Amino acid sequence: MERPRFTPKMSRCLHQVAEKVEGLGQFVMKTRRTLKGHGNKVLCMDWCKDKRRIVSSSQDGKVIVWDAFTTNKEHAVTMPCTWVMACAYAPSGCAVACGGLDNKCSVYPLSLDKNENLAAKKKSVAMHTNYLSACSFTNSDMQILTSSGDGTCALWDVESGQLLQSFHGHAADVLCLDLAPSETGNTFVSGGCDKKANVWDMRSGQCIQSFETHESDINSVRYYPSGDAFASGSDDATCRLYDLRADREVAIYSKESIIFGVSSVDFSLSGRLLFGGYNDYTINVWDVLKGTRVSILFGHENRVSTLRVSPDGTAFCTGSWDHTLRIWA
Amino acid sequence: MTINTLAKGGWHREQMTCFQKMEKVIVAMQDPDMGMKMRNQRLLITVIPHAMTGHDIITWLIQKYSICEEEALHLGGMLLKYGYIYPLKEPRSIVLHPDETPYRFQTPYFWTSTRWPASELDYAIYLAKKNIRKQGELMEYEKERYSVLHKRINHTWDFVVMQAREQLRASKQRRKADRIVLECQEQAYWLINRPPPGVGNVLDMGLERPNNFSLRVTLNSDYYKREIETCRRALGRNRVKSSICLEGFVKYSEQYQNHDPIMQGCLPSNPWISDDTAHWTMNAEMVPTPTRLRVECWSFSFMELLKDVMGRKEFMTYLEKEFSGENLCFWQACEDIRHGESSKIAEKVEEVYKNFLAPGAARWVNIDSKTMDKTLEGIKRPHRFVMDDAQMHIYFLMKKDSYPRYLKSDLYKNMLAKAIIPQETKKSVFPFMRRQRHSSPSPAQAAAQATEEDGRGKGAGPAGTNSDV
Repeated sequence: MERPRFTPKMSRCLHQVAEKVEGLGQFVMKTRRTLKGHGNKVLCMDWCKDKRRIVSSSQDGKVIVWDAFTTNKEHAVTMPCTWVMACAYAPSGCAVACGGLDNKCSVYPLSLDKNENLAAKKKSVAMHTNYLSACSFTNSDMQILTSSGDGTCALWDVESGQLLQSFHGHAADVLCLDLAPSETGNTFVSGGCDKKANVWDMRSGQCIQSFETHESDINSVRYYPSGDAFASGSDDATCRLYDLRADREVAIYSKESIIFGVSSVDFSLSGRLLFGGYNDYTINVWDVLKGTRVSILFGHENRVSTLRVSPDGTAFCTGSWDHTLRIWA
Repeated sequence: MTINTLAKGGWHREQMTCFQKMEKVIVAMQDPDMGMKMRNQRLLITVIPHAMTGHDIITWLIQKYSICEEEALHLGGMLLKYGYIYPLKEPRSIVLHPDETPYRFQTPYFWTSTRWPASELDYAIYLAKKNIRKQGELMEYEKERYSVLHKRINHTWDFVVMQAREQLRASKQRRKADRIVLECQEQAYWLINRPPPGVGNVLDMGLERPNNFSLRVTLNSDYYKREIETCRRALGRNRVKSSICLEGFVKYSEQYQNHDPIMQGCLPSNPWISDDTAHWTMNAEMVPTPTRLRVECWSFSFMELLKDVMGRKEFMTYLEKEFSGENLCFWQACEDIRHGESSKIAEKVEEVYKNFLAPGAARWVNIDSKTMDKTLEGIKRPHRFVMDDAQMHIYFLMKKDSYPRYLKSDLYKNMLAKAIIPQETKKSVFPFMRRQRHSSPSPAQAAAQATEEDGRGKGAGPAGTNSDV
């Protein structure tokens, strides 16, 4: 059922307001590190708070922790399932969470003893009735937020594995989520195959706001650094910016020559730049304020499946179906 | 495995959207007015009509989409990879060359989207034709696949051979040029849909996503009741004018521009570019003297100050001078409850009550009576969010009162004055000599070495950074 779209003519859009802002000059970013070691498609990655370590997961069930700066592998776990679509680094840096086709999210404490089998200490935390698409620790190592192909999101207590809250409202697979950096830290946004992006209250489980302007599956959602807005990337080859206070979409980032879907988006530290990883193997860099495409980056030899900016904004990392991860700066 | 398998002949939604868009480009390229100029191309002794060179394709793309040559090469390359254009001279080299290499448009009959998914039967017929036409013309991998198919669909094999013979007979009656063109088109189609081993399958779409949503989430009355509720709330919501919100983005980006290493670079240098970790060392969690940018950041918002372990410590020092340190302690304790282990909630709530809320408590916090009553009532049945109201009250108290005064205080001003502005590292004299990249202790290591004292506050704050070179 097609919902009628109402766009008030008098509302100003972002790039009109940003006319007075200085344009961005020549933009040069290169691959500074290439991490090789996965035997199959890289599906997900996350940064450690120490700004240099990352965890990545792949189709063959391997989860690897790297020191991206030296490119050394520090830990490796083989999951009992293939297609590990979600992985996350704990805020303390002492554990990683991952899951995928096993419908679960498991936490592995990172052992210092290289000989110890990490899988032995594995803790099963989340249980869904379909694949796990994304996971994220909240402000501490003690709680995990998950999204699943079963159409729900859920908040779990790591220690006991108890379900603390579940979030119902999507009509189809939920593919992504992101926690709000707000002062009160109580909300998160999720995106799904129903083309909706929902904002949730973690306490009550209620859907606070809902946005439905994309024309296809939403693969990635990410908050603007101030927490007042979030960006989304979709199979319809566009990225969009939604303002939470105005309660509407305020910008679309698209170009006629960009045909393939966006798998992953993230902002630079100041929120001025939006990076998008695309299914045509490229990364497009957008000027968030002016709505223009600043740069296109080549390098991967297959789909870019995941993209995250480092915690201190000095670089961003991409993971691809070409089995590698790259650090760009 | 609990993945839903698509019904036979199911469509990948994402795939179809891309195909449609590519087809639009292809149609535009063949537009009689705005499309490309085509010419005849010589293939051995035959002349093939309606061909174009790689150079033509790239030039047209550059002009039509206002993109650079590299991007045009990439986009054209995609059209090739998906079989919409095929190379005439070297069919197995599915690469776009920006020169006089000839290419041709694939006929819509053989578009991947038209005959999706490619059928086993058709492939068997194709291989059979090749085999009949010239014995031994099949490549090694094709021979293998042929025999696998022969086993798998043995029951229809007579049909396969009959069809193959029929199609070969029909094609003999065509003009030579047409026959060659048809053979090229068919070959191109199969090179995409059944690529040789070693060549990536561009049609590999990964995990299938469902088309039939009702299998995932039951769209029952509960679902619609929730939808109605969400819409009702949306109607009654207060909205901020767009222009005000948008101004907010402009201001935020301006304020943080100097702090954005990708936009402005970072001092002394970006570790990923220079291989020098000085930037991380200078910005470690606890340093004797912080950098100027870092201290400036504390003035941007209260949250920035609290997020930074050092900033929080400084703020605590200030509060203690004002005899209101218990506010920050209370806030931290509440954070610990909110984000800590479920099993410890009851005991932590008890601690907080004893220390901060009980009449005559050692570090009593000043909350308004309404909130206090509500909180005390809630404590009888402690849960994760029982302290939320009280915590919020104290948070805003600090934010509106203590925080602005802290920013005006000598403590902050001195910190700002003595903060370091790192020198930009001059480029190395020998730029080709790479610095050695040192490893850093893992956070897991650091945590294990941490003493018991660290234990309590660990849950609330960010992890430590130990990037000593």
